[in-house]
Amino acid sequence: MISRRQLGALAGAAALSPALAAHAEEPRRGGRLNLIVQPEPASAFIGINRLGPSAFVGSKINEGLLSFGRDLKPRPMLAESWEVSPDGLTYVFRLRRNAAWHDGRPFTSADVVYSITEFLPKVFSRSRAVFTNVDRVTAVDAHTVELKMKHPFPGLLTVFERSGGTMVPRHIYEGTDPYRNPANEKPIGTGPFKFAEWRRGSFIRLERNENYWQPDRPYLDEIYFHVVPDANGRSVAFETGQVDVLRGGDVEWFEVRRLARLPEVEVTEAGWEFLSPLAWFNLNLRNPPLNDVRFRRALSHAIDRNFIVRTIFAGFGTPCDGPMTRGMAFSDPAAWTTYKYDTRAAIALLDEMGLRPGRDGIRAELRFLPLPYGETWLRLGDYLRERLRAIGIRLNVTPVDMPTLVQRVNAGDFDIFSNFVYMLPDPAMNFTQVYRSDMKAIGTSSNLGGYDNPELTAMLLRAERTQDRAERQRLYTEIQKILTRDVPILWTHEIGFLTLHRKKVRNLMATGLGTDDTLADTWLAG
Amino acid sequence: MRQLEFVVARLLKVVLVMFGIVVLNFFLVRLAPGDPATVLAGEAGAVDPQFMSEVRARYGLDRPIHEQLAIYVRRVATLDFGESYRIQRPAMDLIAERLPATLLLSLSAFVFAMAAGVALGVLAARRVGRWQDMAISVTALVFFAMPLFWVGLMAILLFSVQLGWLPAYGLETVGGGFSGLRRAFDIAAHLVLPATTLGLFYVAIYVRMTRASVLEVSRLDFVRTARAKGIREPRIWRRHILKNALLPVITLASLQAGSLVGGAVVTETVFAWPGVGRLAFEALGQRDYNLLLAIFAVTSAVVLLFNLVADIVYSLVDPRIEARA
Repeated sequence: MISRRQLGALAGAAALSPALAAHAEEPRRGGRLNLIVQPEPASAFIGINRLGPSAFVGSKINEGLLSFGRDLKPRPMLAESWEVSPDGLTYVFRLRRNAAWHDGRPFTSADVVYSITEFLPKVFSRSRAVFTNVDRVTAVDAHTVELKMKHPFPGLLTVFERSGGTMVPRHIYEGTDPYRNPANEKPIGTGPFKFAEWRRGSFIRLERNENYWQPDRPYLDEIYFHVVPDANGRSVAFETGQVDVLRGGDVEWFEVRRLARLPEVEVTEAGWEFLSPLAWFNLNLRNPPLNDVRFRRALSHAIDRNFIVRTIFAGFGTPCDGPMTRGMAFSDPAAWTTYKYDTRAAIALLDEMGLRPGRDGIRAELRFLPLPYGETWLRLGDYLRERLRAIGIRLNVTPVDMPTLVQRVNAGDFDIFSNFVYMLPDPAMNFTQVYRSDMKAIGTSSNLGGYDNPELTAMLLRAERTQDRAERQRLYTEIQKILTRDVPILWTHEIGFLTLHRKKVRNLMATGLGTDDTLADTWLAG
Repeated sequence: MRQLEFVVARLLKVVLVMFGIVVLNFFLVRLAPGDPATVLAGEAGAVDPQFMSEVRARYGLDRPIHEQLAIYVRRVATLDFGESYRIQRPAMDLIAERLPATLLLSLSAFVFAMAAGVALGVLAARRVGRWQDMAISVTALVFFAMPLFWVGLMAILLFSVQLGWLPAYGLETVGGGFSGLRRAFDIAAHLVLPATTLGLFYVAIYVRMTRASVLEVSRLDFVRTARAKGIREPRIWRRHILKNALLPVITLASLQAGSLVGGAVVTETVFAWPGVGRLAFEALGQRDYNLLLAIFAVTSAVVLLFNLVADIVYSLVDPRIEARA
């Protein structure tokens, strides 16, 4: 995520995390880990709330069938093993026999069938979209589940991590409205930590699950999630040692560099491999002149992605001028059409369109909504405004809060807005949704700019249903060629979220989900 | 008897004003773009029209606005403020959880501001034109002009990060597990910085108000007469000057006391103080209409209550006011 040069510079002051290296030390039992959750989530139950803060807290309580390593390969979680038939039409999961819900009831295949067929499709659109590819789910016995597919869908395993595939207790949720169930206040999962206490506005406390299915885990006795609403306050909380970890996004990017130099602090880029966040500017292709591909290419020429990473995001991240992150399966940057930073090339394209400057030097006017996630994102908007001004485009920036942004974007009431999306390892998950023509209607969708390419949509659907890997690669390469030619979105960079932590915190990044995983393997050195 | 009539008349006014506030707020919160459905859909990861219309139907947000208002006013009349859409607990419970923290912070700041402000204001007036007056007036002006969040941040950097004397944030040590007297000391230590920060702004106002008022009153004829009669200076100050000079200060205090309950958003945010101000700010950001309206109603009621108390205190201090009522 972060450039090697930058990380090397930081590592000079703070050694690279031992989480990345094998440790000879013997893990220690006990202790309390102090984390920050911000903003304070509405619920600690990941089943009904999938925003970052809920997922961060809830992922210690509720688990999925699988987790994913830093190499993005599936790892056993509630499923101790699984098999996929060569034709990709049958998946068999063998469940842990000793897993139990926090209320003592055993975790069985009935819970899995209920979660996949009833609960998840009802509450989460991504899971609903993925599970439409499943024909039927059967409990073969109490600890074996079989999924029969309607057609191959090789990305399927990706959905079984704790967010897309949250396992929920059937005996508590069956026959209830999932959003109104009283258990949501005190979620019941199978995870290494149990919900203990929540003082709203102050902290959430989780305590060790003594009956966790994995012997001798978790190492920690308890986890506190401090609620600190102000970014400066979060810096201070870390600086004064009241919290042990700062995650990407907890403090502004320009603060990370300073905090990384504190004594006894380590910095790691690990733990974001699974989510794989990609930043971009969404363009509303329904509105002229954004509906002209030459205009969009001109915009792409007009921005310096290196500057964005180096200056606005404090050197963390990697410039990206295509639709996939490097870590994603089937990413093929060699196939991309790129638009190098070149103001003259941008102006030439605008001239070619006949979009001449008026007496005030302005060729066009666009409305921009910055992502309301703090100062860095506002600065990104300022940068875009300055760059577009250089090619004769006036950008009217309107800072908005989140509900306003969602409402305006859903109503198609924007020209450009800044955004980032967790791409996930397989393009059949979030990548596909962003470009499908059947998801372009205003108010429905993930194709927020209304990009309309039925041919590409057909290819996307074919690619996600193709079992043959080489054929799948061929399709996705073609898709990337088309997308970088059409520029429906102004991709800018792979976001470099860094995690800062005290040296005493060991094995914090055990998987590709980082701090969003269970933390069962995390321990505190003496 | 006339005192009683005065209080009853005032109470009736309070009820009418309260009704007006409830109706006005109802429309005010709906002026902001977006609604709870957009927020809840975003949180659930299900921004689709079906989910949003279900949410709107569940909370009656799909009905015509006048129907929503009628239902709301009827409910509020029975003191039922409904449930937070986002947290799904009664709004009043959520407020009740936060109210002690806010009251502790506001009242501490209020007492500090009143005591320090009036004392320094009187001192400045007695030493008018001398260095003490200059020092007090300039310092007050500086704290009045500086934004609260800035003062708070600087206080944290100095007293928590650099000197390590006081905790930086929160109501008490998270996971401290203290009880009894130790807990009280822990909370007190956490209270010092936010209460002082919040108080300093008001100290400045009280200093300026008290100084001006004292100077004005001390030049009036009846003070000169008192001096001419040979009354001793401390008595003149206590009975003649201060009693009269403090009338505008009481007005100001009553206004401030009411607004302190809902007005500590910035301080509560900077110091991660789990109070009502932050709850309101978050409710606004989440378009949690029920919760936001309940907070508005409570804070408005407190402001009205303090105004009522001020009116009564006024009428006791200055009998002419009752006559005018």
